[in-house]
Amino acid sequence: MQSGASLRRDPSLATALGGTAARHRRERIIGAVLLSAALLTVVVSTLIIVSLFGGAVDFIRQIDLGTLLADGWYPRRGEFGLMTLVAGSLLVTGIALLLAVPVGLLSAIYLSEYASRRVRRIVKPILEVLAGIPSVVLGFFALTFISPVFVQRLNPGTADFNLLAAGLGVGILTIPLIASVSEDSMRAVPAALREASYGLGARRLTTSLRIVVPAATSGIVAAVILGISRAIGETMVVAVAAGGSGGAKFTVDPFRQGQTITAAMASLATGTDNVAGATAAFQSLFFLGLMLFIMTFVLNQLGDIFVRRTRQQY
Amino acid sequence: MTTATRTLPRTIHKSGGAVWRGVLFHGLLLVALLFSLLILFTLITDVLMRGLPVLQERGADFLTRPTSSSPARSGVAQGIFGTLMMAVFVSVVAFPIGIMTAIYLEEYAPDNRLTRFINVNIRNLAGVPSVVYGLLGLSIFVLALGPLTGGRSMIAGGLTLAALVLPIVIITSAEAIRAVPRSLREAGYGVGASRWEVTRLLVLPNAAPGILTGTVLSLSRALGETAPLLLAGAVLGGFSIGGRSFVEQLFSDYTVLPVTIFDWSRRPQAEFRELTAAAIIILLVITLLANTIAIVLRNRYERSW
Repeated sequence: MQSGASLRRDPSLATALGGTAARHRRERIIGAVLLSAALLTVVVSTLIIVSLFGGAVDFIRQIDLGTLLADGWYPRRGEFGLMTLVAGSLLVTGIALLLAVPVGLLSAIYLSEYASRRVRRIVKPILEVLAGIPSVVLGFFALTFISPVFVQRLNPGTADFNLLAAGLGVGILTIPLIASVSEDSMRAVPAALREASYGLGARRLTTSLRIVVPAATSGIVAAVILGISRAIGETMVVAVAAGGSGGAKFTVDPFRQGQTITAAMASLATGTDNVAGATAAFQSLFFLGLMLFIMTFVLNQLGDIFVRRTRQQY
Repeated sequence: MTTATRTLPRTIHKSGGAVWRGVLFHGLLLVALLFSLLILFTLITDVLMRGLPVLQERGADFLTRPTSSSPARSGVAQGIFGTLMMAVFVSVVAFPIGIMTAIYLEEYAPDNRLTRFINVNIRNLAGVPSVVYGLLGLSIFVLALGPLTGGRSMIAGGLTLAALVLPIVIITSAEAIRAVPRSLREAGYGVGASRWEVTRLLVLPNAAPGILTGTVLSLSRALGETAPLLLAGAVLGGFSIGGRSFVEQLFSDYTVLPVTIFDWSRRPQAEFRELTAAAIIILLVITLLANTIAIVLRNRYERSW
């Protein structure tokens, strides 16, 4: 894994260090300081898990569990209809993937199989810039551009705030991730496979779709899984463009307002919903955070497994 | 023999369609790629067209006024100050800890279970959605450490963002350190240098450009974050700093540019739409500036061993 790994394990090295006792002591102190910095990352994740679980347990204890099945998510009225948020998250994620998977995959095939070196050198930084646009900016774009120019033309009479515009905004944010992970896996496919295909007389189209894409399947699956994880965790696009700031009714209609798990958290933390203290509405923040944490954690592990499989393949 | 002569004309006959399919597919791929570029272009022109008139009309006034309920008197001064202070916090807290961790993992750590656990843990932290870091900030830095940080204060927000970018700083710095060739280290140890001397004199100078690029990119990511700071107490709407000293401001109300943008985008008055676009221009200038610096640094010092 690391280039210095074998140097480090070489026992003669530790004893070979000459010099005064002070020099030895300094080395030990520096090692200890660096180790404590590394352990701090463990502290951070422990604190995350402790605070999420603590708040979530308090929430479950406080509420009547029946309210979790309510027909809407109105935390200030004590209605915690979880299905509303889960449906919202799934809907937004689904819309995002419908946009990001085809666009991301096709871009990846182009960059890996068709593009000249010069095109790659120009296009890749531009994709990086798109990935670096703050999500609140994309939310504003979804609300003021995608919604009136695309959604309201598609279905006249739709309100400014709607889940479709939010989903498309999240999709735009997900394209660079899907493109770069799947491009990496396509470029990892050995040139010998391509050459064999061309040698049999196959064209570029056939080679790309029948040889490279199947050989890169693990990486493409990983790209889609990581894309789902990114889309589920995306907050600000939905918070700005999907409306439903006070709460939302259960809906699976993309032309309606709605909330996702993440947008509900942003909304709980802001404006009229600014809640603090030990109320159930406040504690529900941590319950939602825990749900989100578990979902993305599982997806990321799955994605990691597939990424690793690509690496081992060739 | 007969099969060969039979298939040959067929393939040639088919190839007309195959050529067309190839061209169509090539076109489709180009469309997909151009889609992303077109979106980026549309987003930037749309924001410029809405926001530039405000910047031209208001000029410096827009940059120096605090948020107010009246669009004509609203400005982004507090947001800019908060965003710059966040940059300072991230640089002072997350960069040293992150780089030290990367040095430990690459140069010092023995290959044992603890090291593997730390590595896996960092990768997991990097995948946690940013809004969840907001909950960390809320429960630890705002509530539990409230007496020290002043509750919903600039310090609490800065620490939250520092925790958020820490895993990214570690991962990019570790990559830069790993790229330094082994022979350099061996040469150092060969002349009797200690581990720290090898790290400080040989590894770090050569890894510095890569580390710098990674840290600047993570900084630009931090400055665009909204959700974690909404939870960690950034103020939506107007507030007064009422002649507090710089140190007192660290312990009191704050806001950042992305939060100002979020706040204004929800206001009902149409004038706030233009103000939002103007604030976005300023945020994009700051984050794109950081990105460009990083890319220029990478190209300038890029070295292949």
